[in-house]
Amino acid sequence: MQNTTYHKASSAADAAAKLSGAEDGALLAGGQTLIPTMKQRLAAPSDLVDISGVEEMRGITVSGSTVTIGAMTTHAEVASNAELRSICPGIADLAGHIGDPAVRHRGTLGGSVANNDPAADYPAAMLALGATIKTDKREIAADDFFQGMFSTALDEGEMIVSVSFEAPAKGAYAKFPNPASRYAMCGVFVAQGAGGVRVAVTGAGDDGVFRSADMEDALSGSFSAEALDNVSVSADGMLSDIHGDAAYRANLVKVMAKRAVAAAG
Amino acid sequence: MSEGIGAAVKRKEDKRFITGSGRYTDDIKLENQAYAAFVRSPHAHANVKSIDKSAAEAMDGVLAVLDGKQLTGDGIGNIICGWAITSKDGSPMNMGAWSALATDKVRYVGDAVVAVIAETQAQAAEAAEAVMVEYEELAVAANIEAAVADGAPQIHDNAPGNVIYDWDIGELADTDSALAGAAHVTEMDITNNRLSPNAMEPRAAITKYDAAEDHYTLYTTSQNPHVARLVLSAFYQVAPEHKLRVIAPDVGGGFGSKIYIYPEEIVCLWAAMKTKRSIKWTADRTEAFLTDAHGRDHVTNAKMGFDADGNIVGFKVATKANFGAYMSLFSSAVPTYLYATLLSGTYNIPNIYCEVLAVYSNTVPVDAYRGAGRPEASYLVERMMETAAREMGKDPAELRRQNFIKEFPHQTPVIMNYDSGDFEGNLNQAMEAADWNGFEARKAESAARGKLRGIGMACYIEACGIAPSAAVGSLGAGVGLWESAEVRVNPVGTIEILTGSHSHGQGHETTFAQVVADRFGVPLDSVQIVHGDTDKVQFGMGTYGSRSGPVGMSAIVKALDKVEAKVKKIGAHLLEEPEENIVIEEGTVKATGTNKALGWHEIGLAAYTAHNLPPDMEPGLKEGAFYDPLNFTFPMGCFICEVEVDPDTGKTEILKFVASDDFGVIINPMIVEGQVHGGIAQGVGQALLEEVVYDENGQQLSASYMDYTMPRADDVPSYDVLHHNTKCTTNPLGIKGCGEAGAIGSPPAVINAITNAIGNNDLSMPATPSKVWAALGAAKIAAE
Amino acid sequence: MATVSMTVNGKVVAEVVEDRTLLVDYIREHLRLTGTHVGCDTSQCGACVVHVNGKAVKSCTMLAAAADGAEVTTIEGVANGDLHPMQKAFNDNHGLQCGFCTPGMIMSGIDMVNRYKAEGKTLDEAAIRAELEGNICRCTGYHNIVKSISQAAGEM
Repeated sequence: MQNTTYHKASSAADAAAKLSGAEDGALLAGGQTLIPTMKQRLAAPSDLVDISGVEEMRGITVSGSTVTIGAMTTHAEVASNAELRSICPGIADLAGHIGDPAVRHRGTLGGSVANNDPAADYPAAMLALGATIKTDKREIAADDFFQGMFSTALDEGEMIVSVSFEAPAKGAYAKFPNPASRYAMCGVFVAQGAGGVRVAVTGAGDDGVFRSADMEDALSGSFSAEALDNVSVSADGMLSDIHGDAAYRANLVKVMAKRAVAAAG
Repeated sequence: MSEGIGAAVKRKEDKRFITGSGRYTDDIKLENQAYAAFVRSPHAHANVKSIDKSAAEAMDGVLAVLDGKQLTGDGIGNIICGWAITSKDGSPMNMGAWSALATDKVRYVGDAVVAVIAETQAQAAEAAEAVMVEYEELAVAANIEAAVADGAPQIHDNAPGNVIYDWDIGELADTDSALAGAAHVTEMDITNNRLSPNAMEPRAAITKYDAAEDHYTLYTTSQNPHVARLVLSAFYQVAPEHKLRVIAPDVGGGFGSKIYIYPEEIVCLWAAMKTKRSIKWTADRTEAFLTDAHGRDHVTNAKMGFDADGNIVGFKVATKANFGAYMSLFSSAVPTYLYATLLSGTYNIPNIYCEVLAVYSNTVPVDAYRGAGRPEASYLVERMMETAAREMGKDPAELRRQNFIKEFPHQTPVIMNYDSGDFEGNLNQAMEAADWNGFEARKAESAARGKLRGIGMACYIEACGIAPSAAVGSLGAGVGLWESAEVRVNPVGTIEILTGSHSHGQGHETTFAQVVADRFGVPLDSVQIVHGDTDKVQFGMGTYGSRSGPVGMSAIVKALDKVEAKVKKIGAHLLEEPEENIVIEEGTVKATGTNKALGWHEIGLAAYTAHNLPPDMEPGLKEGAFYDPLNFTFPMGCFICEVEVDPDTGKTEILKFVASDDFGVIINPMIVEGQVHGGIAQGVGQALLEEVVYDENGQQLSASYMDYTMPRADDVPSYDVLHHNTKCTTNPLGIKGCGEAGAIGSPPAVINAITNAIGNNDLSMPATPSKVWAALGAAKIAAE
Repeated sequence: MATVSMTVNGKVVAEVVEDRTLLVDYIREHLRLTGTHVGCDTSQCGACVVHVNGKAVKSCTMLAAAADGAEVTTIEGVANGDLHPMQKAFNDNHGLQCGFCTPGMIMSGIDMVNRYKAEGKTLDEAAIRAELEGNICRCTGYHNIVKSISQAAGEM
């Protein structure tokens, strides 16, 4: 790992100030992706601004059906929050299967969403739940936020503070993990809420998380696994690698979507 | 007695490991210690045009930047393969030169080119990035087929067509005629997937040079420190043997990968002398994938012929074995004498012929990995038997039973002479434990849930403790494969056992002590095992090939025999009784028929005070022995695996795994079962999960745990491990060896279960979900 | 460079380290507590697991500076007296062979038992296997590790 200067931020504003003062700074959330990347010398920020301890960016609030999760809330906290689990079990289950227990103690929702790894779980949830990503500068709809793998609407120096969404009537996530990395080889989040049915797919596409209009249409007619039987998922645009080709991933998209719908009840 | 042979004694060595007090190589920090980092080739095949070290040399903390020309200029020799194989035509194998630092050419991604020595690890790593190597890229042969293709790039000048040897065994004409007359011939093309051993402790080396004494010390992650010292001295001329101490402290797993002498140890020793500094190098996991010797990687065509009654009449095998870019220490023996000699399996096969084409490729060197040749043989034989049974419409268990060898000793057509076994006994035990007969009901239950259930078996046999030395020497081995031991009874009666075996997880500190405790009835805690240090222990051959039990412990027994003889003489003298009446029981030396007795400590004291010993007896109580086995030992067994396949995703779940092994006499059943558990997990890993994948440019696509699938706790089941043992007839304890069996028998059992579930025999390892899903699709199309 | 201070195994320590120093290097190289190991570069093997403020984390994937002021427990500090029940269980059940992954296994084992107890959940075999996703062992095939954790769960 190349040398860097470490700063601990006390607030979101403090973090923004420290970041803007750095030559080539980076925000450090839980570090579960950034630190391995730095160890492999694939990233070498001059400064690291640690926001993991910023209180105003932590915690889960449920107000009516509106859920707000601070960006620095860890996966373990999302997975074990009883109030959240009762109103939106799908996202709690999703968080409980990210990485492993030690990773879940450090990794944060904000870090995952900002990184937009094409095999990460949270982007699928954000997109399917129609979440709003709140930054220190503005609010961004999930549909506008995710812009292809590792690419988001965040500007240079912009920082996610929290995300919020309306808990759907039904929602669940089904994931087929990559056998080696245990990242999603295909993960599908389905949600049936006030705005209709939304289906978001992570892990399978060759350019990151995406929504499936065909499946949303089919499920809008009937929210049941059987409703997806006649939907054909094309292998075009699917990822192909040593763990499975595009045809296999296309198959997984449908299988996981059906399982998510079944789990959503 | 409760601590002796057969007792499931808890391990003596555990305490330091469970409290974080283990002492692994990387835990050691020497005075005046600097760090090494290696500049490695990013290309699979290239000429080294120039090396510009100036920027690196100018960096903070850099002590030396060393290249291959300096290394060879100082007389450091090439890395060698220690087993000479002769081709069919009588020509010797074609061993290409392997310098610890490449001089003019690199042959795989990861090939070491330059070593940087610096004050800190970070400085060394940063300076290594600043070394500018100019390469001229060459065409790449990244797999067997590419290496043997017409016009393939020439990897070593002295190996035309990249062929190292073209070897055979058995009778070609007899086998051909047997197959020609067979009522049924099963033919298969079988690939044995390439694996990375992945001991959890990465390789490491720390070297120290004492200029005043011209003496070197190497702490290293080795399975065989004496062999390391011998090779480093005699072949690489790093240091004379008596001026080099090699210490292998606690070693975090080996599985074969830590047998070999790698470039890094050589370079760190040499660099310690050049810089007059102690030098540490520790691999990271990526370096481990790029440099630790890989295992397996065979492509085979096989034909097995049966008569009308289902008796095997002939077996013909043609295998191509990938050796990687250089010949590693024991590489040549793996696809020959550790593979082809096991092709008779557990069966009476009158005619066998096998030819093996050994080839270079632009990949990491390949050598022995847990099982080494025997897993490849077992996988081949047991998939052939299963497929043949299905093709002939026979019950797979009955076809095996019918062809089993039932009388011993049994001479196979491929060198091996099996001494003992009861193959049907193991088969019956495994089938009963697996409830083989209840399978159809379970299959129906799975089907009702939309799942495909399958059951498969494998009846493996393997060979441990390569022996005897004269025989392996005649087959080309550069070393003898005996083992040594020294038993020191101290004046107070405590006992130290110095063994040439090396424990890196096998529990020798407990098992070996049990043999001593059993012999003399002394407390286990009074016995200490000393190993892994060439300054303390007499020359020994180390631990691999499941040899520590059958060979290492036999050497201890032989030394104990000598100690016992001397103790009895001393006892007879002190008790004034005839020697033939002296017995040793419960740590006491007694004269039968009398109440005269001496405590064990009294014998020790008498031996060392020497005030009253028999006339002409030397003082002291210390005996050494070298044990050269009479024959290999032949562990065997029957494994049964039951799986459930999810047809939607192709994912396989192992529901039940039964192992019935014949290991001969078992010293500590708890430890033996642990060895079987670990072996099965590695075999399941090979069958379902693991594969080193190269692209056509020779880049490893699976060089981290993000892409190389290590078996995790939720990938494997709990195992039912059973024994049905017959005593080995060729060593004093009757031990057969247990370290590799699990990894040898399990891959075919798993694949036979999956192919049974999906109704398609055309499935290769690893049977990943995507591959099983595709095979299911192919089976569906075939059925329509 | 900065002074990083924390409480490790009940003892307050302070070391001047580079900002890039990983927690595992702080523990191994600066404090010379070498029971915590490094087995991979991708945060997957779990040989480096320690507890930070009572929770299992991978010390290879955390900066020492980020643990400034924290309570850290390593394998050397889990026993209160002779052996922790989890340590004893690994010895009782032959839950280790080469011992390299063992400290991380024990630290993860203690963490999972604590969490399940706090949440009133049952730690059965399937749960233990799932909870061990971040700890890789190459020797034991996991059978006896699962037995060890199961035994300790009943004793802790």
